Amino acid sequence: MGLGIGTISRIVLLKNDYRNYPGYPHGYVTHISLGFIAAALGAVAVPALVEKEYTAVTFLALAAQQFREIRNMERESLKKIENISLVPRGEGYIEGIARVFESRNYLVMATALGTSIATYLAGWIYGLIAGSIIIAISYSFFMKGKVVGDIAEVVPVKPYFKNTLLMVEDIVIMNVGLPESREKIEKEGIAVLIKPKDDNARATLHDPSQRQAIIHTGATLLGTKAEIGEQEWTPLARKNIDTGEIGFFLLANEPDKMALVEAVNRTPVLESAKRNILSTKVSRYAAD
Amino acid sequence: MNRAGDNLEDGVLLAVVTTQKEKVYGGGVPIFLAKDKKEMESISLLMSRLFKAMAHDLENGVWVIYRQ
Repeated sequence: MGLGIGTISRIVLLKNDYRNYPGYPHGYVTHISLGFIAAALGAVAVPALVEKEYTAVTFLALAAQQFREIRNMERESLKKIENISLVPRGEGYIEGIARVFESRNYLVMATALGTSIATYLAGWIYGLIAGSIIIAISYSFFMKGKVVGDIAEVVPVKPYFKNTLLMVEDIVIMNVGLPESREKIEKEGIAVLIKPKDDNARATLHDPSQRQAIIHTGATLLGTKAEIGEQEWTPLARKNIDTGEIGFFLLANEPDKMALVEAVNRTPVLESAKRNILSTKVSRYAAD
Repeated sequence: MNRAGDNLEDGVLLAVVTTQKEKVYGGGVPIFLAKDKKEMESISLLMSRLFKAMAHDLENGVWVIYRQ
């Protein structure tokens, strides 16, 4: 019972990985099998404890060790791709993905454990109900990380040139020497201004990893003209140091401003970039 | 690899292109003299593609080829 529900919960959590990862059948196979193992471990724990087989607990500890391994595996494989990609995800994003994969296995284990406790205590119907509830909770609570749209206002703007400097509002993005390149960028480039809603958001957007994640999402969803050896087309995000606003410039395959706004809005806020400085007294004092 | 913007690694200056050689002093990187603005642009374009670098205009008749 616990085994089945646990595996289902892993599949449910996996299906909703829309961020193009894992985007291929082998990735699914790996994670579903590991989810299955996690579910099995969670499920057998209860009957084993009932039989007073306390060694079962050590198996759980062993499992935790294994799942840490999953995190390493994800991190390694993503980092390898990172080296040859034109618009990298950034360290923070990778770390976030790896952490999510690890923790989802714990969720699966917990689901299986909860289900098998309920089944043992009250019968299989209650097991089913408990399992569904746990899946629903983990689905709504853990799958719903914050997105950039929650912490900032994103407005489309037109990038322009001040002499050779590419500007987004009053943020300098880069210096482009070649006149032909400038013309192309001026004609086809799109940009958004990301305005943080409060000081927490400002601190989050300040994080280079977070910005790289935004760039990666934008460039993936709209396509980018970035090319090996042609740095002019590289998408960039720079900060207005006085206001904390981020100017994000992209030379997209599909130059649709509103699509870019949407892409930025749904970029996840990275766990490693998330700041909550307003919760401290010093920062509240500094903020007025 | 070029990973502009992600890690904050230092880039490298690969070459200088100019029409006015008195504006550039010292060595380290080769300095290419161009006879006019047009040649300066075409040299810069070619070099930026060859070296996988970016041509920056210092707005004083000097261009630098810089790889992030």
